[in-house]
Amino acid sequence: MHDLIIIGAGPAGITASVYAARKAMDFLVLTGDIGGQTAWSGDIENYTGYQFITGPDLVGKFEEHMLSYNTSVKEGEEVIAVDRAGEVISVKTHKSSYQAKAVIVASGKRSKELNVPGEKEFKNKGISYCATCDGPLFNAKNVAIIGGGNSALDAALQLVKIARYTYIINNTPQLGGEALMRQKIEQARNVEILNNAAVTAVLGGKMVNAVKINHNGEEKILFVEGVFVEIGLIPNSDFVKGVEKNSRGEIKVNSRNETNIPGLFAAGDVTDVPEKQIIIAAGEGSKACLSAFRYAAQH
Amino acid sequence: MAKNVKIYSTPTCPWCIRVKQFFKDNNIAFEDYDVAADRLKADEMVKKSGQMGVPVLDIEGEIIVGFDREKIKQSLGI
Repeated sequence: MHDLIIIGAGPAGITASVYAARKAMDFLVLTGDIGGQTAWSGDIENYTGYQFITGPDLVGKFEEHMLSYNTSVKEGEEVIAVDRAGEVISVKTHKSSYQAKAVIVASGKRSKELNVPGEKEFKNKGISYCATCDGPLFNAKNVAIIGGGNSALDAALQLVKIARYTYIINNTPQLGGEALMRQKIEQARNVEILNNAAVTAVLGGKMVNAVKINHNGEEKILFVEGVFVEIGLIPNSDFVKGVEKNSRGEIKVNSRNETNIPGLFAAGDVTDVPEKQIIIAAGEGSKACLSAFRYAAQH
Repeated sequence: MAKNVKIYSTPTCPWCIRVKQFFKDNNIAFEDYDVAADRLKADEMVKKSGQMGVPVLDIEGEIIVGFDREKIKQSLGI
């Protein structure tokens, strides 16, 4: 049995692993990927110490830091169940099963889907959930970004440099997100912002060639070859049994990152901690690990 | 004999970076096509895979979309 299992290797999980290593805990990291949402971020200008760094570069730094302690990281192991029986917490993955005194859930969030006709059919055939990855393939093409928050603005800032024309389809009366990012987008010449607009279908043949939208109650067709979905995120919290969550499915934690289950801690975007930021997730990860360390020492 | 491995990628895609690292860690030689810069290779990738997501791998004619570790291992026999 391990002292600790960390689920997830985004900013929260990786920071927790650094603290666990420095406390010489017997622990391992189980994760689907390295970096989580940070790996998919474009330009990051609000992580202290870096005036500018890209998502993949910051993840590279995080990973290097984590691995400098010879930490055991099982990448590509998806956790399917976390269950507490007696004083032991069992973590089941699609490959194996592990036991620990304490567990930190830092499994983050994943992209929400549109749930409109054509979405499944055209996934990766024009529809993308990662502007950072697939954006360059839409060089000189017309694209639509669905959403109006920070991740939509981030995608827009990347795409205006690549695409011929970018539509931002936002279902609220005005764009949200950071004012600085909004200003940059509003200054771009090849962008049209459609507020109070919702996608009702994605159309195409072999690949996407249009989206149908409802704009202020009026139906319109926009001819685009790329559709970037940035309508928010849902927490990866389904696999934890018996844990208290809020109405959004986020795991409830107190200021010590404790959940309602003894020995089970949570950190980062999967929790109900307000504000989803890389630096907050990292800080929460360190806090969760220090709490887990104290718990494991007493049990 | 080593199989012919091609990867169609973009410089910014995290899974592309990881799949290339995976090949390096396993001493697999590969040709890397940057589809952000090379339009012809981008078209070739879309034709071969019937889709526009990166990375796309061509392992001796077998097309794998994404960093599908199990499929890649199977295809390379590692």
